[in-house]
Amino acid sequence: MTDSNNVPNSPDLSVHLKQAAPIALDVAFGCHRGELVALVGPSGSGKSSVLRCIAGLNTPSKGRVTCNGVEWLNTDQDLNRPPQQRAIGIVFQNYALFPHLSAMENVAIAIQDGGAEQRRKRAQQLLEAVNLGGLERRKPHQLSGGQQQRVALARALAREPSALLLDEPFSSVDQATRRKLQRELAALRRQMVHPIILVTHDLEEACLLADRICILHHGQSLQIGTPAEILSRPKHKLAAHLVGLTNVFEGEILEHRTSTKVTILRWLGYSLETLYRPELPVGQSVDWVIPPQHILFHQRVRPSRGERENPVHGVVAELIVLGDNASITMLVDKRDDTPIAFNLPTHVVHRNHLEEGDKISVSLQTNGIHMMLPEGIHNQ
Amino acid sequence: MDWPALAISLKLAFWTTILLIPLGMVIARAIAWRRFAAKGFVEALIALPLVLPPTVLGYYLLTLFSKHAALGSAYQSLFNAPLAFSFEGLLLASLIFNVPFAIQPMQRAFEAMPRDVREAAWCSGLSHWRTFLRIELPLAWTGVLTATILTFAHTLGEFGVVLMVGGNIPGETKTIAIAIYDRVQAFDDQQAATMSALLLTFSFVAIGFIYFINDRFKQRPQ
Repeated sequence: MTDSNNVPNSPDLSVHLKQAAPIALDVAFGCHRGELVALVGPSGSGKSSVLRCIAGLNTPSKGRVTCNGVEWLNTDQDLNRPPQQRAIGIVFQNYALFPHLSAMENVAIAIQDGGAEQRRKRAQQLLEAVNLGGLERRKPHQLSGGQQQRVALARALAREPSALLLDEPFSSVDQATRRKLQRELAALRRQMVHPIILVTHDLEEACLLADRICILHHGQSLQIGTPAEILSRPKHKLAAHLVGLTNVFEGEILEHRTSTKVTILRWLGYSLETLYRPELPVGQSVDWVIPPQHILFHQRVRPSRGERENPVHGVVAELIVLGDNASITMLVDKRDDTPIAFNLPTHVVHRNHLEEGDKISVSLQTNGIHMMLPEGIHNQ
Repeated sequence: MDWPALAISLKLAFWTTILLIPLGMVIARAIAWRRFAAKGFVEALIALPLVLPPTVLGYYLLTLFSKHAALGSAYQSLFNAPLAFSFEGLLLASLIFNVPFAIQPMQRAFEAMPRDVREAAWCSGLSHWRTFLRIELPLAWTGVLTATILTFAHTLGEFGVVLMVGGNIPGETKTIAIAIYDRVQAFDDQQAATMSALLLTFSFVAIGFIYFINDRFKQRPQ
């Protein structure tokens, strides 16, 4: 979907919002046709406000929203189309179905054109598309949470929208239903040509469904990128924390080795090899992060060659077994301020007779170390 | 049975309800959903007839209706008839003392409607007018019905304000409640008993119906 060959340069939905109150917003992002962009952030980060501004339910003090070349909002020109004049389909967090109407009527009421019979047929098709055939006559309170969500989705599509907005659509259902609905959305997406904006506080859900993720914090878009970029190449320390990366440390650029194309990072007493970043000046202090999957445990029973890659030594401060996996926190050089967290399969823990207090060694993979300039200094 | 008095009462109740319910709906909706500085003050003003002695309300209305007051003199010059002790004056008074009975049930009904349901209607392309007709009204109908019945029944039963503003003119301002008082004064116990029994039955059936409707339809999960 994000293949640059078939995506036009200007996004189909482009959003710029700025305001100081009542909720501070400073957000800019775009979403292409068929693309799903997830707005992710903790509660209070302004993600729902952004969605409401796109839908025309809130008006920011400054902003511009365009969709398919049509301006929906342009505060500079006092243009602010009401929701009725913006071709949006929206699924609300609690679905907001019309409680007095049947599933069929809930969908049919949003169909703009055609006679009663045509609208009924189209509503029937939409309900069947979301696997609700046979439940057309049920009222919302006679439907399960998952079924209500499907009606809400069918209603959102009924308007033939130019953009689909989903506000925490999976938050009100149980885990099993959520997984099922997520799979259905992923399948349904393949037929969709609209830009889709998904608001969620669940990063895992965003990574499953989104082509790109926009991290929001206090109403500010901190970083936009693919799930892989967001998770392994955060823009700065705050973005790293917001995506749940805990292995964030401070170090200093020691040197750039042009011959081997590596940059050496000074951290505690170690000289760590990292990917070549010549734009970072020698002596510059940087924040750096390593995702847990790039930390390799040195087996006690069977040493391997990989152990020469950035070896770091410490003691096991915490070992928690959670089913098949164990989460381990290691204190480097026994210092309390340098906890490195990583995961191991439980059988590896048992085979190595690993216990809290044991001395262990790990390798920090060169390509997993990501250096970030401190906040306030512009990253390249 | 004083049939002309009953006719006046029914006519007054009919016009009060017909005029007050649409007007009350606009006000109830605005108070339920809008935020404005004087909201508490406006709500207090609406509830005032509930606690104010009818004689006090009647006294002020009578003052307003007098030929020497702006309202009374304007009416006099427009229609060449006094507002006080006329059916029209009585209707105006009835509209005012019924304000809480008309507005409060509808206000509660609109307040109970989730905001996102209306927003979902707008986002489904429904105009504000269609949203009102297709979504808001069907969801608030128990409140509207309650307000209608309460306004009608309360108008039939109101005594103090009617006596103050309308007096006791047969065929013009003499309502059934006044007629009962009139009959008691004249020691005509049988007439008074018949009319009282009629009002009692009507009031009980009306209130009972309101409770039945609200109980029946509020129970249903929405």
